[in-house]
Amino acid sequence: MLQNMSFKFNPKPLLGDWLVIIASLIMVVTMFQQFWSFEHASKLKIRQGNKIIGTFDLNQKRELHVHGPLGDTHIVIDQGKVRFKQSPCNNQYCIHQGWLSLAGQVAICLPNQISLQLMGAKKTYDSLNY
Amino acid sequence: MTRSITKIHTTVEDHHIAKLTALAIGLHILEAVIPSPLPGVKPGIANIVTLYVLYEYGFATAVWVSLLRVFASSLLLGQFLSPTFILSLSGAVLSLAALFLAQQLPKKYFSAITLSIFAAFAHIAGQLIIVRLWLIPQTGVVYLIPIFALAALFFGLINGLITAKLMKQNS
Repeated sequence: MLQNMSFKFNPKPLLGDWLVIIASLIMVVTMFQQFWSFEHASKLKIRQGNKIIGTFDLNQKRELHVHGPLGDTHIVIDQGKVRFKQSPCNNQYCIHQGWLSLAGQVAICLPNQISLQLMGAKKTYDSLNY
Repeated sequence: MTRSITKIHTTVEDHHIAKLTALAIGLHILEAVIPSPLPGVKPGIANIVTLYVLYEYGFATAVWVSLLRVFASSLLLGQFLSPTFILSLSGAVLSLAALFLAQQLPKKYFSAITLSIFAAFAHIAGQLIIVRLWLIPQTGVVYLIPIFALAALFFGLINGLITAKLMKQNS
């Protein structure tokens, strides 16, 4: 029975193999482009508690003061990037996030209930919108 | 008191399956020792045995060897019913499904290389489905897909070439 099965044993890739290899390579490259598109953000959305403070253009120099339950949080927008500059919270995690500039990035100050969300031309994946 | 002897009757095919599974288990455990930069990125050399069996003994034997290998290796490594085992099993099942479909392709144009690449992609797809549904239920997992896919293509290709070479030597 086994003798009847005629497989062509050839260690070199056959025509179909090449097609599969090339198609797979294209698929992998497309995946990298799709999932790893680190696009620079153009807009910034600031939330405080359950309300949206506003959507701001990132390409400007501007300082914002957002009022939360602990007091005023100081946010700085500087030509394509944004950061928490001063916060009345204890742990200062939001300050240590540093500058954000890529679409989909998020910085949150939980004690003062303020979040910064960077947005690009299209919506990107993040762990918040689950 | 009479001793009762339970005799299991084994066929020649059972012996083939046992020998080949032992080989696959050996490769699986050998690989478990190798550290990996990212959990999940592994050469999957045990799949060479699955592929070889598929060509030499047919699909049913390949299913036996592949699934027995997953169960026995996990028992030996102390991972039975752990997440590692579930990932291994889901990968093996999807991989076998892909092999079942891929073996229908004309042998004139598609060799073990194609089957190996398909099996590798199916393997990582099966694992990612479990990871997404059960272990890490959030969309952040998508960032890892390109890396896993690249690794699957790379190791799938190498395993396929090894299988093709093995079969050429044997023919």
